Amino acid sequence: MSLQTQIEILRSELSTAIAASDSEAALDAVRVSALGKKGSVSALLATLGSMAPEDRKSAGPAINGLKNEVAALIETRSEALKGAALEARLKAETVDVTLPLKPAPTARGRIHPISQTIDEITAIFSDMGFSIAEGPDIETDYFNFTALNFPEGHPAREMHDTFFMKPGPDGVKKVLRTHTSPVQVRVMQKTNEKPAASYITPAMDPPIRVVMPGRTYRNDSDQTHTPMFHQVEGLVIDKNSHIGQLRWVLEEFLKAFFEVPSVTLRFRPSFFPFTEPSMEVDVQCDRSGSEVKIGEGKDWLEILGCGMVHPNVIRNAGLDPDVYQGFAWGIGIDRIAMLKYGMPDLRAFFDADQRWLDHYGFRPLDLPTLFGGLSS
Amino acid sequence: MKFTLDWLKEHLETTASAEEISKALTMIGLEVEGVESQGARLEKFVVAHVVSAEPHPNSDHLNVCKVDAGTGEMIDVVCGAPNCRTGLKSVFAFPGTYIPGKDFELKAGVVIRGTPSNGMLCSAAELELSEDHDGIIELPGDAPVGEKYVDYAGINGVVFDISITPNRGDATGVYGVARDLAAFGLGTLKKTDFSPVASTGKSPIAPLPHQFSADEPKAIRKFAGRYLKGIKNGPSPDWLQARLRAVGLRPINTVVDITNLVSLGWGRPLHAYDADKVEGEMVLRNARGEAFDALDNKIYTLDQSMTVIADDKGPLCLGGIMGGIRSGVTDETTNVFMECASWDPDLIAQTGRKTGIVSDARYRLERNVDPALTEPGMELATRLVLELCGGEAMEPAISGEDVFPNTVVEFPLSEVKRLTGLSVEPSEIDAILGHLGFAVEGSGPTRSVKVPSWRPDVTQKADLVEEVMRMVGVDNVPKEPLPRLNHVAPLMLTTIQNRRRLARRALAARGLDEAVTWSFISNAEATRFGGGTEDRQLANAIASDMTDMRPSLLPGLIAGARRNANRGFADVALFEVGQIFLSDKPEGQHTYASGVRTGTAGLNGAGRHWSGKAQAVTVWDAKADLAAVLDALGVDIEKVQVLPEAAAWSHPGRGGRVALGPKVTLGWFGELHPALAAELDIEGPVAAFEIDLDALPEPRKKATRTKPAIELSQFQPVSRDFAFVMDRGVSAASILKAARGADKGLIKDVGIFDVFEGAHVGEGKKSVAIEVTLQPKDRTLTDEEIDKVSAAVVAAVTKTTGGDLRK
Repeated sequence: MSLQTQIEILRSELSTAIAASDSEAALDAVRVSALGKKGSVSALLATLGSMAPEDRKSAGPAINGLKNEVAALIETRSEALKGAALEARLKAETVDVTLPLKPAPTARGRIHPISQTIDEITAIFSDMGFSIAEGPDIETDYFNFTALNFPEGHPAREMHDTFFMKPGPDGVKKVLRTHTSPVQVRVMQKTNEKPAASYITPAMDPPIRVVMPGRTYRNDSDQTHTPMFHQVEGLVIDKNSHIGQLRWVLEEFLKAFFEVPSVTLRFRPSFFPFTEPSMEVDVQCDRSGSEVKIGEGKDWLEILGCGMVHPNVIRNAGLDPDVYQGFAWGIGIDRIAMLKYGMPDLRAFFDADQRWLDHYGFRPLDLPTLFGGLSS
Repeated sequence: MKFTLDWLKEHLETTASAEEISKALTMIGLEVEGVESQGARLEKFVVAHVVSAEPHPNSDHLNVCKVDAGTGEMIDVVCGAPNCRTGLKSVFAFPGTYIPGKDFELKAGVVIRGTPSNGMLCSAAELELSEDHDGIIELPGDAPVGEKYVDYAGINGVVFDISITPNRGDATGVYGVARDLAAFGLGTLKKTDFSPVASTGKSPIAPLPHQFSADEPKAIRKFAGRYLKGIKNGPSPDWLQARLRAVGLRPINTVVDITNLVSLGWGRPLHAYDADKVEGEMVLRNARGEAFDALDNKIYTLDQSMTVIADDKGPLCLGGIMGGIRSGVTDETTNVFMECASWDPDLIAQTGRKTGIVSDARYRLERNVDPALTEPGMELATRLVLELCGGEAMEPAISGEDVFPNTVVEFPLSEVKRLTGLSVEPSEIDAILGHLGFAVEGSGPTRSVKVPSWRPDVTQKADLVEEVMRMVGVDNVPKEPLPRLNHVAPLMLTTIQNRRRLARRALAARGLDEAVTWSFISNAEATRFGGGTEDRQLANAIASDMTDMRPSLLPGLIAGARRNANRGFADVALFEVGQIFLSDKPEGQHTYASGVRTGTAGLNGAGRHWSGKAQAVTVWDAKADLAAVLDALGVDIEKVQVLPEAAAWSHPGRGGRVALGPKVTLGWFGELHPALAAELDIEGPVAAFEIDLDALPEPRKKATRTKPAIELSQFQPVSRDFAFVMDRGVSAASILKAARGADKGLIKDVGIFDVFEGAHVGEGKKSVAIEVTLQPKDRTLTDEEIDKVSAAVVAAVTKTTGGDLRK
């Protein structure tokens, strides 16, 4: 058999074997059988040594050509096999990306509307230079009533359905605060005494600008009243704070809170023992539909009580009402939250119904700010 | 308080419409709660003619009628009224009409004992026009068939319902309301004739002696009585009955109706006694613990703080509150003793509260009734009785003295501008106060203002500013911006306020829903969670499960979880950040952040999912939640003590306490004790935690916010693993502490990566594997150095734990 024929046969056999190799291992076996020490191509190459120089001249390139050709075929086949293997792996690793995720914890946990509303109120008043003041829920009769100019036995006390604590050995009459107004007195009072607890805001010197959110209690329960509810009290004490400024503060607050370009308020004279003059404030709204729309319409909705701090209250706090004056107001937090977010039933606020909380609650990172918007 | 437009016009000359009056009332502080057309609810009733009435074939008392109600058709109606007869004109209601006296809507297609009945002939009681339900209304023969009954009968007045604030006793009568409206400029007040009525003889009842000792509370101030002789009582005239009914009062007889007319009309309560039922001498004294049969048909026990009008047999009337049955005036009464007295408002309020009696008299007298009206009120009542019942008036029987505060306020006119920001001309201020009855004297910058007898609530300058302001209108006060601070606003929130805010956001971010639960819980729950003592109990709880101020947030949260479970949602994660009460003292109030997870509601969410098995919540969920809150507040749980001391509510072996030194407890975590879970009727497992936000250390007040310089080593850290076998009870914390302490310079971190128990490590033993990371600072460590540290670690751990290194 001529060398030429031998080369042709080998080329044909090897290229068939290479093409038939379906794995790197099979291909390697072919490589060894051809190009290994005892391989068929190597054996052919070994014959060159015993050839006559002129034969070698033509046989050398031919055999080396075969060797290179086979090596190249193996390389190509190897690349192809690697590619196919990768492809197969990728195919095997394919997942259904439409499978639903487990919701992230942040997507499930919710902030209660009352907390959110307090944060919103805080954001607005911080811009006006107010700070937040607090007092205890179990309050003395003195701070809840007497210091606020509710004389003992006066019918004005009956405006509040008061929860009384059982009488204790210290003989101090205690109630669950019926409003956040006692905090006013605590903040205003002239005293060097440190508060009994660190959460209680220490007394301040005028000028005073504080808001006082908190839990309040009245012995009353029906569709629109719960025995526990939330109020935010506001207090400004300075030497010339007057009703004109009170009107401005309330209007600006309500505008910012309800996120409407304008609100129309109606101030009606009223009576609270701790303010004089006293007023109730109605906000103009549209009650024709299922929800109340603030900032439009022709109806009035009572929204808060306010007035100039009564001279007796200023006096009780140890300040001179001829020098210091100011105004205060009280708003139901639950009530304005219901109005803003269209929550119909107050009682549901305190039921811890997960469905309600998930529906009306706020995302943990929905932080109300004035720079980013109160509500998203 | 209710009154009709007609009634108001008795006292106010005005051309204003009901709408204008309503608006004015609200703007001057007499808030209108409702304006009703009196006839509105009777709009659908019509005049009808009973064309025929035949006995019902299946009944001995019903009639079958053919009724003409102006529709052009004869209507079949079955009627049971005894006065139903052919030819009668009466009042008819079509099917679908609401019947106020019965509180139902008339149905269509009614069949009564086999006979159809398409409507109803009505009694006065059914229309709530009177108590008369003995028969259907009888109208005169010329009543126009088909006309609306309210138009025919003239029942179409406007009724105002206003809310009177507690300071405005003067506005508890229509007369006082008219006075306010007149001052506002809505008309002219009509004067009432209070002039004395001539007497025809000596009073058979002498002026009542005041029998009080000096140290007794004495509610009576002045008692004016008038003996009215030979009167003829009976039902009052239609106009008077209609007036009382329009405001929801039941007419009784002329004399009683007159006392109500004066009470509502002038805010001046009266009381009338049947003089013939008085036995012996009438006196004023305090009660002596007697039982008193009051006009509301209830029996009250009166104590010595309450003033009564009594005769020889005992109390006739609880002064200023309510009369007694024994001397009540009836249709047969011929001799009346009419009382008009002034009382101490505080004592009336006290007696009112003690007895719980709510009466028109108390309502007015505890708010202050004009002391100048005591005798005039008596004269007015006398005149009305003589006019309507005839008879003659004996000499007045008067004892005691009225109390007039005679307040004069020195009023700088500048106060108006100071407090309101509104400029009002001095002449306008004078005029407003004058119209309201204040006597203004002087012309300088400070006026002397004498307060009228009917306004005892006005005592100082600010009160006068309110009077001016409510007449000018608050809406006319110009708005003025609150001056802005001339610096960046200082800190708005205190440490605890910030902590609450951060704790809330941190917990919500871990998938818990924020709940707000009641501050009061049941005594059983409170007791179970460390409270329940008397100092934290309400004297007048609203419900038996809301009696105790909560010592923990957990009972409320667990109850919330239970309600969710009862609705079919057993996997819930709830938290609350709120106040708890360790005592009734201000310092006993702490803010806690607490949470519960039930069922499978762990960090990764509740329920089954393709990605893995649903896992029941465990103590680890609770510990992780607690750690997350501490972390949000800047406290690393690895740097405080975690002690195997379960809270009382916790599974004793699956709960812990987190502490800062021997005195300060930061919180607890654990699985709810199975026995408690059963008691609280909640299906386990429940993982819970509570953190006392007030117990966390106050952040240091730093002069600088600079952080310590960071050391970044150029050399790779090296780690070595060790496994130890030790007693089961050895705490992980002690292992970690020992390992970390082996070489504080080199050891950067120690972690536990495996814990297991089993037969092959021995009974009562466990295997704990730790990874120790060494961080060289200035050069690569040699094998010898590493071996040295390793030996130190092994020595420290085996010594501390009593365990052995696993080979």
